[in-house]
Amino acid sequence: MEIEQTALPGIGLKHEFTTHSGRRIGVVSHRTGRRDLIIYDKSDPDRACENVQLNDDEADALVELLGAPRIVQRLNDLHREVEGLMSVQLPISPGSPYDGRSLGDARIRTRTGASVVAVVRSGQVNASPTPDFQFLAGDVVVVVGDEDNTAAVADILTDG
Amino acid sequence: MPALITSTESVAILFLELGGVILALGLLGAFALRVGISPIPFYLVAGLAFGHGGVLPLATSEDFIAVGAELGVILLLLTLGLEYNADELVTSLKSNARGGLVDLILNAAPGAIAALLLGWGPVAAVAMAGVTYATSSGITAKVLSDLGWIGNRETPVVLSLLVFEDLTMALYLPILTALLAGAGLLTGSLTVAIALGTVTVVLVIALRFGNLIEKFVASPNSEVLLLKVIGLALLVAGIAQQLQVSAAVGAFLVGIALSGELAHEARALLMPIRDLFAAVFFVFFGLQTDPAKIWPVAGLALALALVSMITKLFTGVYAARRAGIGRAGRVRAGIALIPRGEFNIVIAGLAVAAGAHPDLGPLAAAYVLILAAFGPLAARAIQPLVTAIANRA
Repeated sequence: MEIEQTALPGIGLKHEFTTHSGRRIGVVSHRTGRRDLIIYDKSDPDRACENVQLNDDEADALVELLGAPRIVQRLNDLHREVEGLMSVQLPISPGSPYDGRSLGDARIRTRTGASVVAVVRSGQVNASPTPDFQFLAGDVVVVVGDEDNTAAVADILTDG
Repeated sequence: MPALITSTESVAILFLELGGVILALGLLGAFALRVGISPIPFYLVAGLAFGHGGVLPLATSEDFIAVGAELGVILLLLTLGLEYNADELVTSLKSNARGGLVDLILNAAPGAIAALLLGWGPVAAVAMAGVTYATSSGITAKVLSDLGWIGNRETPVVLSLLVFEDLTMALYLPILTALLAGAGLLTGSLTVAIALGTVTVVLVIALRFGNLIEKFVASPNSEVLLLKVIGLALLVAGIAQQLQVSAAVGAFLVGIALSGELAHEARALLMPIRDLFAAVFFVFFGLQTDPAKIWPVAGLALALALVSMITKLFTGVYAARRAGIGRAGRVRAGIALIPRGEFNIVIAGLAVAAGAHPDLGPLAAAYVLILAAFGPLAARAIQPLVTAIANRA
């Protein structure tokens, strides 16, 4: 499955993909935090025929319903598939240099090679956080990588 | 500058007039909202009514409105710059240069040719080129959002054309300012060179050292942030004006230099102030225009509007086709680009202030009146039609 990402200058980001059954769906992430769930028209595949506006809570709820069980499942699969690959859960402690800063600022993948697959905040899973995701003290960051680079991520998150 | 007001009576008249004008704008805005079109044409009409030769000419508040209008232009450009960050500008420049150039050539041509045919001379032609070229990003963004077109696949094409246009403005406005200053060929080209040099330098600073500027401006207190951003924008605008680069471009570049969360916050803080002064700006443009002069150019404005509707439509169709969008989507892209608004008036305002041909102001006013009102209506009307086309194809 290929997820297409398109920048919408002045508005935000759009992610879309075609489902197995041939429908095209997507999400517009407004900079204001608003999320639009869009479903494309069958006869005019360029047109969003359904456009559901979601506020933060609603988007979180939808993610929870669709995403959280899937992420756990995928992590378990990963463990089974690849020897040496591990996932660790790293907390953002109150003194962390990234408390209040974005995921993009940490440049974790560039610097270590490990990937942040989710951030858990007050029991809710934020799956596949975007680079503008803001860390807050108390978050738990789920990182996938090997032993060395997940340790490197732990260092980054505590010491910068 | 207005003379210092001392007597309580003139203060009373000033407040009465300003209150009346702004309240009238509010009521017109409410009406526009109900009809579903941009309030800009209504503001212009209000300005016509309050101006010389209008129904209710103002007595004392015109000086304030003049200064307010200048602030309106600065704030319009500043908030526009805040909408985009430098990366977006560069990416869109790279990926959509061809569509952007087609847009520029097709849509600058009607205004320029009209001005030349009317014998207004080359400088007016450059100004009129700008008047017909720029799509109103404000109105278009509203159309896209109101009609639920934001998620559509042709929308990124439309938006990147808008970004391209805005960037072109950053180069165009200094050139226009220099030309309007009426310099000869040699000094004129020198001024243009200085202007473009300055824009480039500031743009590079914005791209490279944007984070330093952000660090300077950032504040957890919204009051401090607001004052810093407005102060910085006005200061840079003043410097730009001194260098004959056009104050508006200075403010635009400040907006571009700020990005991310900070730009977001600043924009949210600035919006109400911008709305107030931008409305004042449209009124001021109307004030300067004698309503009696509109009728003689109305036919011309209508013809120009029709031609440039077609050229914008073609631009949208062309750019969307290049992006692999289907037939219906191409038409929607073209329709979305039709509205003209704030910048066309900003450009005409510069030309009028510099003493361009007396018909230029009325023509631009009538032209924007037509397209700011008609663009969103066209989009609304065309929606079912386009869907029908798509279903048949």
